[in-house]
Amino acid sequence: MTTDINFMVGGEAGQGVQSVGFLLAKSLTRGGFHIFADQDYESRIRGGHNFFRIRASDSAIGAIVEQVHILLALNKESIDLHRKELTSNGIIIFDGEKIKDTGSNTSLFSVPLERLAQEKAGNKLMSNTVALGAALGLVGYDLTIMDQVLREHFGADNIGQDNVKAARAGYEYARENFKGNFKQHLSPIGDTRIMLLTGNDAIALGAIAAGCKFMAAYPMTPVTSIMEYLATKARDLNLVMVHAEDEIAAINMAIGASYAGVRAMTATSGGGFCLMVEGLGLAGMTETPIVIIEGQRAGPAIGLPTRTEQGDLEFVLHAHHGEFPRAVLAPATIEDCFWLTIKAFNLAEKYQLPVILLTDQYLASSYATVSKFDLAKVTIERGLLFEPTTNEEYQRHKITESGISPRAFPGQEGVLVVTDSDEHDEAGHLIEDAETRTRMMQKRLRKLLSLKQEISPPQLYGPSKAEITLVGWGSTYGALREAVDILRKEKPSVNLLHLNELWPFPAKAVANVLAGSGNSYVIENNATGQLARLIRRETGVKVSGNILKYDGRPFTPAYIVQAVQEGRYDHGNGS
Amino acid sequence: MVTVADYSGLTSTWCPGCGNFGILNALKKALVELNLKPHQVLLVSGIGQAGKLPHYTRGNVFNSLHGRPVPPAIGAKIANPELTVIAISGDGDGYGEGGNHFIHSLRRNHDITYLVHNNQIYGLTKGQTSPTSDQGFVTKTTPYGASPPINPIALAIATGAGFVSRSFAGDTEHLSRMMKAGITHRGFALIDILQPCVSFNHKNTFSWYRERVYKLEEQAGYDPSNKLAALEKAFEWGDRIPIGIFYQQTLPTFEEQIPALRQGPLVKQPIDPKQIQPLIDEFI
Repeated sequence: MTTDINFMVGGEAGQGVQSVGFLLAKSLTRGGFHIFADQDYESRIRGGHNFFRIRASDSAIGAIVEQVHILLALNKESIDLHRKELTSNGIIIFDGEKIKDTGSNTSLFSVPLERLAQEKAGNKLMSNTVALGAALGLVGYDLTIMDQVLREHFGADNIGQDNVKAARAGYEYARENFKGNFKQHLSPIGDTRIMLLTGNDAIALGAIAAGCKFMAAYPMTPVTSIMEYLATKARDLNLVMVHAEDEIAAINMAIGASYAGVRAMTATSGGGFCLMVEGLGLAGMTETPIVIIEGQRAGPAIGLPTRTEQGDLEFVLHAHHGEFPRAVLAPATIEDCFWLTIKAFNLAEKYQLPVILLTDQYLASSYATVSKFDLAKVTIERGLLFEPTTNEEYQRHKITESGISPRAFPGQEGVLVVTDSDEHDEAGHLIEDAETRTRMMQKRLRKLLSLKQEISPPQLYGPSKAEITLVGWGSTYGALREAVDILRKEKPSVNLLHLNELWPFPAKAVANVLAGSGNSYVIENNATGQLARLIRRETGVKVSGNILKYDGRPFTPAYIVQAVQEGRYDHGNGS
Repeated sequence: MVTVADYSGLTSTWCPGCGNFGILNALKKALVELNLKPHQVLLVSGIGQAGKLPHYTRGNVFNSLHGRPVPPAIGAKIANPELTVIAISGDGDGYGEGGNHFIHSLRRNHDITYLVHNNQIYGLTKGQTSPTSDQGFVTKTTPYGASPPINPIALAIATGAGFVSRSFAGDTEHLSRMMKAGITHRGFALIDILQPCVSFNHKNTFSWYRERVYKLEEQAGYDPSNKLAALEKAFEWGDRIPIGIFYQQTLPTFEEQIPALRQGPLVKQPIDPKQIQPLIDEFI
């Protein structure tokens, strides 16, 4: 890695932090850089403090870092809060004509953002675009790429032109007036045909690629943008997105649509999933395929509504009363969000059960550069379908060796599709007798045997045996992988065991890796070490300790490295 | 030709003399007279004695959770608008547990028919108050008398429903006429059905209702397109209880307004992963 630079845009909600952050990331993407960017925002519409971090590198990266090289401070609070994160030669771009009392410091570089926006673009609201230009001017980036990105984003009309003027004003101001010692120069380095997208974008694309025709959901951070994306594309792609009255309705609508024969999904966060739990069991009992996106945030209750956590693992594994099979997948990267969403739809239909895709606020709203998805690799497996024969009466829940009954959809001549949330017989009619009940329970649970074979083994990064094995799941992959790289520079015997397909649990593969490691530590964004407990339950292996974080903020590589180097392990609060 | 025999299902577990029998017979009669074949019909029910009805006839059946017949019915209707979708509920199921779905599905005007078996009591849990129990009605959970009931007819009219009706399980002829009107109505059709519970409601009995019900369509000058008159009529309850279509107006349905459905039912649309290629390019 010869280039590894971290920008931060900070300001109030409503100041355009998100749009400047995105445009900066997009401009750098077009120049061939690998990007990882995350968003930190408060649960409010105006005011407060938000920031957007954009890390650019000439090598693949999968995590954010704390140290900031260039801070675009749209308000004073951003300077006060983030000054300490600045590298020794880092620069703070701010509007010295608007922000006073900053003290004197060689890192401060004042650009008259608002005045330039007014003078050059005739609109002081474009001061954030001036800041974008100034940041790119500071590193001497390619001006034509920046112009192009702005025109695409704002349109080729006056608004687009004015934004280009504003950005150019900032760019030129920085080129002419910056006299500091910031040396890092960024020039385009290569492939410009790469995507820049969030975890939610990748899930939405995955769902559409998988043939999802129906989504019903209720808005909830951090998954709302999946709903919005599908709603926007619904007309062109012949799909339906229903904004339901509540999460209970949402999951039940999706179940109804799936019963009628289309691929259907819903999306929510932990709090909304609480309401969906009864529907989850309905899908399990009626063997109706359904995909549920659960974007975790810090709980319980409303918790930290805009912040990240991995606190719902045990919840999604056990949600609902009674016993029925389900699958739980937890994407490790933004690319994974796409492929595992497709896998979720295939598993749901092949095994006729609910599949939960467990992400979190960090993965949902972070951006990364990803190579274009190869659509030739997308497979659609709709599972066993009923083929009518002359004298066979259709039975929706026919008992088979695999436990999987052929599906049929209502509306076909000669076929009646009958199912019930009550225990039922093969024909789908409600029963109460002990023998049928036992046979139907066994039939449903038998599906787990073949479902288990579908679960990919966890990823092992680094040597196959190591003195220290870090274990993680879901969105922490990027930070853990980079932490292992850093640790191995001093101590080669470190590896990473990472799970992104969690249930049915790949017990054998996990046990094998842990058997070859000296000490194993589970790293989780929760307070009690839920994966560690799951490993113990499923493999009998008790890990050596945990590195836990439950402040609503994501892990960084440095945080993990420091915890390992200092031996700062805990054993799960109260567990 | 479809006959009543096409709709004969399993033997019921209802109490002898239950008001549900009249409802079941009226439904069969309506479906036969509309010449609908069982495979064209989807019956989505909730939980309670009413929820069992689909098993006692034939059709596609989705017997859902307590309070939830409407959302899966909506989902299925959107996925395949060619199906005749009938949601079946009770007063506890539909107006209590499923109250929120009731209000919002009326507002959105999904093209389904909603039968609510309203016996003003909880039957399957054996005799507790329901959202429509008369005020002061003494039950096991309201020893000092029930709170005032909700008025589903007034609520439906106020919420913007396009078809609001009431019928009586003791008048199969009238009830099946209401069902036919509801099924053929384009949009959400509510049929609130007065249904005596012979085991637990000894106040609102067959004879109690029979003495009180009268038909709106026999009232000279009653105009079901007059919303305010309908609302006024909705509040009549006591010595005289109106049945029939309180209010009817054809409004754009939810399904009609979905562009994707103009290409035909979603269930018939092919799956083609390559269609997202242009979307991928938008992220470049």
